Amino acid sequence: MVDRIADARGQIEAASQRVGRPIHIMEVCGTHTVAIFRSGIRSVLPRQVRLLSGPGCPVCVTDQGYIDTALDLADRGDCLIATYGDMIRVPGRNGSLESRASGGNVRVVLSADDALRLARDHPDKTVVFLAVGFETTAPATAVVIKEAAEQRIENFCALCAHKLVVPAMKALLAGKNDKIDGFLCPGHVSVIIGSNAFLPVVDRFHRPCVVTGFETVQIMEALAEICRQLSEGRAQLRSLYRAVVTAEGNPVAQQMMAACFEVADGTWRGIGKIEASALRLKAEYGRFDAMQRFGFSEVPSQPKSGCRCGEVLCGLIEPPQCGLFGKACLPQSPVGPCMVSSEGACAAWFKYVRD
Amino acid sequence: MCLAIPARIVELEADRAVVDAMGNRWPARTTLLPQVKVGDLVLVHAGFAISMVDEQEAKETWDLFLQMDALNSEF
Amino acid sequence: MVQVRKRLKMQATANDKILLAHGGGGQLSEDLIRQVILPRLGGHGGQALHDAATFQAGSQWVCMTTDSYVVKPLFFPGGDIGKLAVCGTLNDLAVSGAQPFALSLALIIEEGFPIASLERVVDSIGRTAAANGVQVITGDTKTVEAGSADGLFINTTGIGLKRPGVDLGFDRIAPGDKIILSGTIGDHGMTILSQREDIGFQSQMQSDCAALADLIGQCLESGSEGVRFMRDPTRGGLAATLNEVVRATGRSIEIQEELVPVNPTVKAAADMLGLDVFNVANEGKVVAVVSQDTADRCVDLCRRHPLGRQAAIIGQVKAAVQAPVVEMVTRIGGRRIVQMPYGRDLPRIC
Repeated sequence: MVDRIADARGQIEAASQRVGRPIHIMEVCGTHTVAIFRSGIRSVLPRQVRLLSGPGCPVCVTDQGYIDTALDLADRGDCLIATYGDMIRVPGRNGSLESRASGGNVRVVLSADDALRLARDHPDKTVVFLAVGFETTAPATAVVIKEAAEQRIENFCALCAHKLVVPAMKALLAGKNDKIDGFLCPGHVSVIIGSNAFLPVVDRFHRPCVVTGFETVQIMEALAEICRQLSEGRAQLRSLYRAVVTAEGNPVAQQMMAACFEVADGTWRGIGKIEASALRLKAEYGRFDAMQRFGFSEVPSQPKSGCRCGEVLCGLIEPPQCGLFGKACLPQSPVGPCMVSSEGACAAWFKYVRD
Repeated sequence: MCLAIPARIVELEADRAVVDAMGNRWPARTTLLPQVKVGDLVLVHAGFAISMVDEQEAKETWDLFLQMDALNSEF
Repeated sequence: MVQVRKRLKMQATANDKILLAHGGGGQLSEDLIRQVILPRLGGHGGQALHDAATFQAGSQWVCMTTDSYVVKPLFFPGGDIGKLAVCGTLNDLAVSGAQPFALSLALIIEEGFPIASLERVVDSIGRTAAANGVQVITGDTKTVEAGSADGLFINTTGIGLKRPGVDLGFDRIAPGDKIILSGTIGDHGMTILSQREDIGFQSQMQSDCAALADLIGQCLESGSEGVRFMRDPTRGGLAATLNEVVRATGRSIEIQEELVPVNPTVKAAADMLGLDVFNVANEGKVVAVVSQDTADRCVDLCRRHPLGRQAAIIGQVKAAVQAPVVEMVTRIGGRRIVQMPYGRDLPRIC
C-alpha cells in the first residue's frame, strides 16, 4: 500500500506539472471529503492541485424545512421519529432532534429495517423514518416501504428527502461552477447506479470521472488518474473500485427504487432547485409518505445572512473564505448546513485543519 | 453517510443475514442481493448488503484485510 | 483561536438544560465544570480538572479523587460496574503519583434491582480491591424509586499517599518530551457499545478495564524524574487527554498515526458506526509524558508488564507554532489536527 501511495504521489506531481495550471478536482461525496481530510491527503498534494468539496453531503443539502417538519412531528407525542445518526444534531427553528431524544420520541437507527421494526414494536405510535441520503441509501428505504405495504404495517411512514448525485454534477457544470476539471465519483453510490451512470458527465462535459472508494490509496490513485488524463487531454470514465462497482450497478436495488419512487425536481439547500434530482414516493405508496399523511407542504427556508454554504457546496469557495467560518459559525453553533453535518466541508475543515 | 464495509455472511435465513466484519457480527438484510449464500463476502451499508465483493480485489483495496491477512499468515 | 474559544464558551451555556453530552468527557463537560460548577465553589477548584487533588495533611502529601460510575450495561465482557468503580478510581490515584490505600463506596440502587446482581457487583468490588491491596473503609447505600436510577449507580472516592520523589504535573512537561501510550485504544468504549441493545452487534471484544498501579510503578522505575505527567485516557479517549495536555501547557503535541496501537476488530467496529477510536474511552491504559532520555527504557519496562505489552512511543511534545495543537502525522506522511472531542458520541460508557 505504501508503495502504491508513493507512486500515486509521484504521478500526481508529474502530471500536474505537465498540465501547467491549477487543477480543480471535486470530490462529490461527503464521505470522500471526510476521508480526504482524515488521511492528510490535502497536506501532501502539490499546490497546483486543489480539491473542491461538492454537494454530496445529504445532511448539508437537506432543506431546513425538513428538520422543522421532523421536529413538529416529534413534538406531537403520537409519533416516533426514526433517524440515521447524521441528522440528529441539525438545528431547526427551535432546537434539534437531539434535544427531543430524552422524551423518547426520537430514536437513532442504523438501518431502515430498524425503523420498520420500531413500527411493529410500537403499534400505538406512528413511526416516521427520516429517509435521507443518496442512491446508496434509497434502495433500503424502498425495501422497507414495500414491506410495510405488503405486511400492512400502517403505522409506518417515511419523510423522503433522497437525492440523486449525477443531476447535481451536471447542474454544477452547466451553470454553478464550470471550473471543475474532474470528479472523484462516489464509490458506494456507484455500487447502486453503476459506473456507467457517470458517462453523460464525461460525454457531454468532457471531464474525467473516476469512481473510487474511501481508502487512502484509492483516493490517491484516483487523483493520479485524473491528473494523468488532464495532462494528456483525455476525458474518460474509469473505475478504481472494481471490488464492488460494476458498469451497470445493482439491478435489484435499481428495480426496488423504480418500483417505489419517481424522479422529481429537488430543492438543494444552499443551491436551489435542481431538475430531476430527487426521489418522491409514487402515488400507490402515498399513504407511507409522511408529508401526505400529516398534510404538510414544503416550506422553503431562507438562508441566514452572511452564510455562504451554497458557494461551498458548489466548490466555489473554501470554508475559510466565508466570513462566518470559525467565528459566528462553529460546529456547536452552526449557522449553515456545511458546518452542521459531520461530513460537511466546513465541519471537516474546522476539525482537521490547523487555523 | 456512505459508510460501507466488507463483511462475510455467516448466517442466512431468507433475506436476513448475520455478517462478520473483522470479528464483529452485525445483522444485515440481503434483499438487494438475492443470490448470496453463507460464506460470501458482501459490502454492507446501513444494515443492507448492497454488493458482492471480489476476494482478491478486497485484499488490494482494504487496509484491514491486509492486516488480517498478515495476522493469519503468522500462524 | 482565542476568538473561537470565547465563542465556544458562550455557546456551552446557551442551553438551559443539561444534555447527555455534558457527561461525555469532552469540550462540553469541561465547559460545564468551568462555567457552571467551579465559579460557585470558591478558590479550591483549581485542581478540579486534574485526575486527583493533592493536599498536605501534617507532613504527608495526600491524594484524593472521586468518580461516579453510570455505565450501561452493568455487566460486560472484561468487567462490570463494580470492577470499573474500583479500577477507575485507583487509576486516577496512580496516574497522580500516589499509592492508593483506601476507598469509599456509595451505592444508589434502583427499586427492583435483583439482589443477586448486587451481590455480583459487590463481589467484584471486593475482589478487585483486594487484588490491588486496598480496602473499602466507608460507604453509603441509598435506594430510589423504580425508573430513577437505571439499575445501579456507584460512586467511589479514593485516598492515597504521594509516592516520595515523584512529582507529576503539567508544569513539568517540556518540548522534546516523548509520549508513551501503554496499549491499544478504544477497546472499552467499543465493547460497551457492542453490548447496547439498540446498537445490536456481537463481538469478541473485551473491555480493557484494569488497575494500572503496578504498570505505572514500572514506568516510574525507569527513573521517576524522567516521568513528567500521566493520565488515563477515559471518556473522550486519547484525543481528549492529548488536548488537555496541550491546553494546560501551551505546547503542541505531534503524534504518528501508525505508531498508535489499535486492535483491528475495535477499529472495524468503530468504522461501522462512523466513530473515531481516538475519541473512544479506555479503562486500562495510561498516557505518560516522559523525558527524551528515559523514553526508551520506560517503554521497554512497560512492555514487560502484562498490561503494557503493546506500549509504544507515539509522539512528542513540541513548542507551539501559533496556537497549540495536537497534530497527527498520518500514514501517508500528511498532517491533520486531532481535535478535542465535543463529547457527544458515546453516552454512559463509564
